[in-house]
Amino acid sequence: MSEKIATREAYGLALSEFGAKYKNLVVLDADLAAATKTGTFKKAFPDRFFDCGIAEANMIGVAAGLASTGLIPFASSFAMFAAGRAFEQIRNSVGYPHLNVKIGATHAGISVGEDGATHQCNEDIALMRTIPGMTVINPSDAVEARAAVEAAILHEGPCYLRFGRFAVPVINDKENYKFELGKGVVLREGNDVSIVATGLTVHLALEAADILSGRNISARVINIHTIKPLDKELIVKAAAETGAILTAEEHSIIGGLGSAVCEAVCEEKPVPVLRFGMNDEFGRSGSAAKLLEMYGFTAQNLASLAEKAMSLKK
Amino acid sequence: MDKKKLSLIALNIRKNAVAEVHAAKSGHPGGSLGIADILAYLYFEEMHVDPDNPKWDDRDRFVLSKGHACPAYYAALAEKGYFDKELLITFRKPDSILQGHPDMKHIPGVDMSTGSLGQGISAACGMALSGKIRNKNYRVYAIVGDGESEEGQVWEAAMMAAHYKLSNLCVFVDSNGLQIDGPVSEVMNPQPLDDKFKAFGWNVCVIDGHDFDQIAQACKNARNSDKPTAVICKTVKGKGVSFMENAVAWHGTAPNDEQYETAISDLEKIEKEINA
Repeated sequence: MSEKIATREAYGLALSEFGAKYKNLVVLDADLAAATKTGTFKKAFPDRFFDCGIAEANMIGVAAGLASTGLIPFASSFAMFAAGRAFEQIRNSVGYPHLNVKIGATHAGISVGEDGATHQCNEDIALMRTIPGMTVINPSDAVEARAAVEAAILHEGPCYLRFGRFAVPVINDKENYKFELGKGVVLREGNDVSIVATGLTVHLALEAADILSGRNISARVINIHTIKPLDKELIVKAAAETGAILTAEEHSIIGGLGSAVCEAVCEEKPVPVLRFGMNDEFGRSGSAAKLLEMYGFTAQNLASLAEKAMSLKK
Repeated sequence: MDKKKLSLIALNIRKNAVAEVHAAKSGHPGGSLGIADILAYLYFEEMHVDPDNPKWDDRDRFVLSKGHACPAYYAALAEKGYFDKELLITFRKPDSILQGHPDMKHIPGVDMSTGSLGQGISAACGMALSGKIRNKNYRVYAIVGDGESEEGQVWEAAMMAAHYKLSNLCVFVDSNGLQIDGPVSEVMNPQPLDDKFKAFGWNVCVIDGHDFDQIAQACKNARNSDKPTAVICKTVKGKGVSFMENAVAWHGTAPNDEQYETAISDLEKIEKEINA
């Protein structure tokens, strides 16, 4: 964990890299190319980049039309305006016909920072995972973001990719790193409790496991980069072997990873699950670092919550 | 152009559209009857399509943005040979491919799933943009309703089509003047649609949407323009069925058996006139 890079940066670089390899890749944006980093692709492939202006609903429909002709469009905006504003277009024009549209949503969660609640989308995972056939990916770092982009290109069908504005530590820079859609990754073995994390919280979960180890608690850390389809097998196994789960996500505790894990666990191997994320409230303006701390996105807090989850074991 | 042949095709589309809605006891006959002539012209005179190869990459595309008028669309596709006409009376039944609104995944010939208003025109823009990107010569046609154009997304799409000079896009605006809650002029007036499209940078013509000569002229005009074309079509909702013409009530109501017989008899009268 040395370098820090925002997953949106990795997204822009990956689009440019894979734009050379996959000639049918095209990119749309809604006047946010400088922020979503699709501007990187625009520079490299100006003929395959189309700004749709501040009109996200139309952008998603255009992406659907492009996909219907065999192109692979990445449609980008902030998570709030992609999953939020254009939800119904994604549901009806992309999801229902199962078109090969990739939605690259950046600025997810409260780490948007100063722009405040109107721009901090904590609901997108919940919205997107209810759409039949939609793949939902939330990479934890720059390495995973790059891999997720290529996996999405190679996957036939709609994908929602969630990226962050805030620079996060690189944790997947291992030689044997492999990204498989729908497969969770055990980053650290442990038997007393499992911390199931996604996106920006994964590195915090690893630090929390270090803290817990100092307290003689062995915590398993699982990175769920694909929230849908969920790696139920891995999660049920963790439930069976560790007996308690803490979920962690930069998203509302309603409808996101926490809910998805609860659904899997309560149906197959009921154990206590504590959900950490944004509570049922809106965010606010402030620096990303300050907000993350205020709302409990710290290794210390995750360690305490993991202990609390353990204490709920029968 | 064989106008008698086109008139008979449009008549068959109307008869079958009413039959579908009658059999389903549900659906939208008014708008379906209103667009039958446009569909007949597009599928039997204008568009390069191949019913034996519905996914042919170089084909012209069609998007029924006002997806609820699909009884006429399905009838046109069956008439063209995309699927068996016997399927038409399975419309809206649970085991049928003919969904209540167009479903591209299951219905041969349907280029885009539509039904939620305002969305089809955006997909049509995407198809047209793809044609430009890939240097394809195909054209993209769409039908948008006048009521539908109250959706903001229609104007987002209009802005984009002009901005990217999608001259391969031709949108027919089915201007029948009625929507579910009443006359469009009373519910939420979207007119003047011609001026609006012009202001958005489109090539615009206003025609009688039941006149094949005018439809043909509009298509020719569209092919010669370097802008996207909006053809504002004055149409009669419920056209051809006496008691459905210009009647709001027949937007989304199915005829009962007696009304169905009257409707078919009205249409058969027109058929006789065409044949005479």
